[in-house]
Amino acid sequence: MKAIINVSLKTGVLDSQGKAVHHALDSLNFNGVDDVRVGKQIILKLNENDKTKAMADVTRMCEELLANTVIEDYEIELV
Amino acid sequence: MKVSILQFPGTNCEYDTQHAFKELGAKTEIIWHKSESIPSDTNLLVLAGGFSYGDYLRSGAIARFSPVMKAVTEYANNGGKVLGICNGFQVLTEAKLLPGALKRNENLHFISKYHHLKVINNDNKFLRKLNNNDIVNIPIAHHDGNYFINEEGFKKLNENNQILLKYTDRDGNELNPNGSVNSIAGICNKEKNVFGLMPHPERAMELILGSNDGRAMLQGFLEA
Repeated sequence: MKAIINVSLKTGVLDSQGKAVHHALDSLNFNGVDDVRVGKQIILKLNENDKTKAMADVTRMCEELLANTVIEDYEIELV
Repeated sequence: MKVSILQFPGTNCEYDTQHAFKELGAKTEIIWHKSESIPSDTNLLVLAGGFSYGDYLRSGAIARFSPVMKAVTEYANNGGKVLGICNGFQVLTEAKLLPGALKRNENLHFISKYHHLKVINNDNKFLRKLNNNDIVNIPIAHHDGNYFINEEGFKKLNENNQILLKYTDRDGNELNPNGSVNSIAGICNKEKNVFGLMPHPERAMELILGSNDGRAMLQGFLEA
């Protein structure tokens, strides 16, 4: 099983990279973009087959290391 | 007086820091991150600047799990004095020994230059040799120095006099190089034994090199 984790800055925490990318898109005349958030994706290959247990493990990994919950949110997808 | 300085893979200010404290008359020792204890005669523990673990994932995020950090946490929780400079500050926030977090600079640039700072609270071991509202000139050199804390956390910092230093111009007017909440450059914990700042006092030890304002800052730790 794989865990795909998306980490991004919380809403309300200014995302300077997102802002810079938005600005660049504007200068390329892509005017239909309202907002840009830049995050990172972490992909884990797990040897766990139980989805519930995998979700619990990966959640702990996110809380303890993969995200800094002071400034970041995370989303986990198991595939 | 004994100053122990931690060294993680990627730390690069440990020898400057050692030199600075030696100049001030302290005994010093550099402690490799694999050590599971810190010397028992340590009076001040310093997490020096640099790029521990290449800043992978987030600055300071991986150093926080080094073997030595358990001993650091214990030392801090027992009231031992801990100072985190630059990357050391980032490690201390990741380790939750200091509140808040350090984000990428607002303008996305690595900023390396002298910057003026204003002393906000000197009723602590670190800044007691300075007066409130004193202006010091200290180098900054960071990519992730944009201090963030939520409103509730900020209120607590303020109420407990935990804000130590703010970025200003030479006249003391707030001047924010990196987007930090309230132009904060340095803080301490509520108990006032754990200190963190992005600027590098150990790089401001000689007038001939631009400033010796770092001396009065580090000196505060060295007297009983």
